[in-house]
Amino acid sequence: MSALKIKKGSTKHSAYNLRPTFSDVMEAHTLAVVVDNEAGVLARVIGLFSGRGYNIDSLTVAEIDHEGHRSRITIVTTGTPQVIEQIKAQLGRIVPVHEVHDLTVEGAAVERELALLKVTGTGDKRVEALRLADIFRANVVDSTLESFVFEITGTPEKIDAFADLMRPLGLSEVARTGVAALSRGQ
Amino acid sequence: MTRQMTGAKMIVQALKDQGVEVVFGYPGGAVLPIYDEIFQQNDIRHILVRHEQGAVHAAEGYARATNKPGVVLVTSGPGATNAVTGITDALMDSIPIVVLSGQVPTFMIGNDAFQEADTVGITRACTKHNWLVKDTASLSGTIHEAFHVATTGRPGPVLIDIPKDVQFASATYTPPQKAKTSHYQPPVKGDMEAITALVEAMEKAKKPIFYTGGGVINSGPAASQLLRELVESTNFPITSTLMGLGAYPGTGKNWLGMLGMHGLYEANMAMHDCDLMINIGARFDDRITGLVSAFSPNSKKAHIDIDPSSINKVIHVDIPIIGDVAHVLEDILKVWKARGRKTDKESLQSWWAKIEDWKKVDCLAYKQAGKSIKPQYAIQRLEELTRDHDRYICTEVGQHQMWAAQFLTFDDPNRWMTSGGLGTMGYGLPASVGVQMAHPDSLVINVAGEASWLMNMQEMGTAVQFRLPVKQFILNNERLGMVRQWQELLHGERYSHSWSEALPDFVKLAEAFGCRGIKVDDPADLDEAIKEMIAYDGPVILDCLVEKHENCFPMIPSGEPHNKMLLGEASTKDAIGASGAVMV
Ligand SMILES: Cc1ncc(C[n+]2csc(CCOP(=O)(O)OP(=O)(O)O)c2C)c(N)n1
Ligand SMILES: [Mg+2]
Repeated sequence: MSALKIKKGSTKHSAYNLRPTFSDVMEAHTLAVVVDNEAGVLARVIGLFSGRGYNIDSLTVAEIDHEGHRSRITIVTTGTPQVIEQIKAQLGRIVPVHEVHDLTVEGAAVERELALLKVTGTGDKRVEALRLADIFRANVVDSTLESFVFEITGTPEKIDAFADLMRPLGLSEVARTGVAALSRGQ
Repeated sequence: MTRQMTGAKMIVQALKDQGVEVVFGYPGGAVLPIYDEIFQQNDIRHILVRHEQGAVHAAEGYARATNKPGVVLVTSGPGATNAVTGITDALMDSIPIVVLSGQVPTFMIGNDAFQEADTVGITRACTKHNWLVKDTASLSGTIHEAFHVATTGRPGPVLIDIPKDVQFASATYTPPQKAKTSHYQPPVKGDMEAITALVEAMEKAKKPIFYTGGGVINSGPAASQLLRELVESTNFPITSTLMGLGAYPGTGKNWLGMLGMHGLYEANMAMHDCDLMINIGARFDDRITGLVSAFSPNSKKAHIDIDPSSINKVIHVDIPIIGDVAHVLEDILKVWKARGRKTDKESLQSWWAKIEDWKKVDCLAYKQAGKSIKPQYAIQRLEELTRDHDRYICTEVGQHQMWAAQFLTFDDPNRWMTSGGLGTMGYGLPASVGVQMAHPDSLVINVAGEASWLMNMQEMGTAVQFRLPVKQFILNNERLGMVRQWQELLHGERYSHSWSEALPDFVKLAEAFGCRGIKVDDPADLDEAIKEMIAYDGPVILDCLVEKHENCFPMIPSGEPHNKMLLGEASTKDAIGASGAVMV
């Protein structure tokens, strides 16, 4: 089963290597779940989280293999180590789930998120917004005389920081994609 | 050879090819094409239940008595929603069930059509998996996959929702051999490193115990055989959950009886004091562990389970082994024998001496005195008078269920059908119908409480129609006994709505259904009544009036550890703390 295909550091061939702690320290983990892209599969994953009281901090999903009808769901969740292990095992039980990867324990990973931010204003504030956008390497993807839409990519923290700076400068709307993540190297 | 056929015909063909002999169902508009196909063949028997919940419980009884998947056919909307309780019951007890539900035609889905319900949405959380089939070409493949999923890995219920236009349209039928292989293939072999670690622990253990569950029974008869061999050759004591009764014989010399909330004193004490706990196919359910933080505090724990999510869910274990019970037991035996069949015999001897002391407490003791029948006595007489029969037992839910588990002896697996995980009142009668379908010539008894029995009593009609001689042994205390017991212990004896008032006359009710009714209220007449029930060639309702205020002991109050067991009436006052009262 897919839960058992998890790479080193987790439930490899048996659960014999499970991290043995029942600690109550909360950890954030990024999980990558490869699923059959069939009707209802996202509802199954979300229903698992709501039904068992797990947290979803971020969730993204899109088809990654059109011919094989596979989608990749990236979930950022927080919980105690025991809850994180439960989440992975429970995800692994879902029939259309093929693989569950815990990118947080399987070695280094890159995480990126894309956000669109609308900032409205005129005069100094408008200039300052544009200057900060440049520092953050955000692109202007739409502009009127009184507004910009910035596109920014980066870690969730970078986007948070950018949004915080834009708030006093007239931030009026934000759309974020949620995290996409891949392990580094081969 | 490729064959074109309608979806409806395909369904019947696929069921035949899957070896299905019996379908429990109820017709309606959205499944009429399937019923039309059923009418035109003789290989598959259809049992017309009286309520769709009954269909699922009957299929569960059938599945548990045969180790084959149970099959259910219901119509859309109310047919499907009525099945939900049964499906949830099967999920909680890991029973393989395939439910086929009709759906409004694809072009009407989403329009609030007559008898439309979002069946796949409603049952997503109570099935192992479900499918909405939108075109006939994928129908037969989906049915084969459904049987595979229901019966592979940890078994469970699955549902296939089939719109009516998909039943009418034609496509090519795919036989099981040609169906594409499923990616769903949970491993059955356990990790040898972990198995060796367990064997090492077994060699050194001074106070070991086997704690077994429904997983042994689900794994099949070989698992029970291997378990017996392992127990006999190691001489370790063994206890079991409610779900696992019969895997190891109740008359076996190492048997400690059932454990848990209403388990035996010796079993719970041994669990609490052991130094090596070997959990085989059980899941550390809260009825077993009691207070988790005080659960068997000084033991090393091993856990064999086919479902990785059961490992470390409730109790941290030292040696987890993921795999099928039979496969893992085989490997354990192999390794243990190869390493010279070692156990610490001396320590085992003193461990057994301690256990013998606990047994002396005689925790199930009760007194049958006076004119009323004690429920324990009724079950003990039932045991005595039916022990030599080829016997299957179902139960409803409540005190009677616990007394049945305590006082009946199960020497073989697949002989005991009870709603464990969900605790569904109304399970037993329809389950007995399903068991009797599987074993027409055996003695099938439903040990019932009067309140539970009323919940699905319409299924008596099914028993009569299909000449299924099920015996309904009702322990009638005129109370929702288990609720009353909790109110006595937890709620200051305020008996809020725990009476069974306006009960029917069960003898007249039996007559109205066209079967035999017997009533008994005097201990002196009990044996005769039971014998008459057994001898009668047809379904029987035996109304056994019992002591109304008997409590079921031993009892581990919610929120207490194993060694804080209540043994008798005297010790029950103020036994449960405020923190326990919030638990169920
Ligand atoms: C469908 C359902 N509703 C409610 C309950 C809660 N409940 C558990 S036992 C019980 C009383 C059962 O009474 P009876 O069948 O007469 O059995 P007794 O305990 O008296 O032996 C109730 C109401 C349940 N388990 N199932
Ligand atoms: Mg009762």
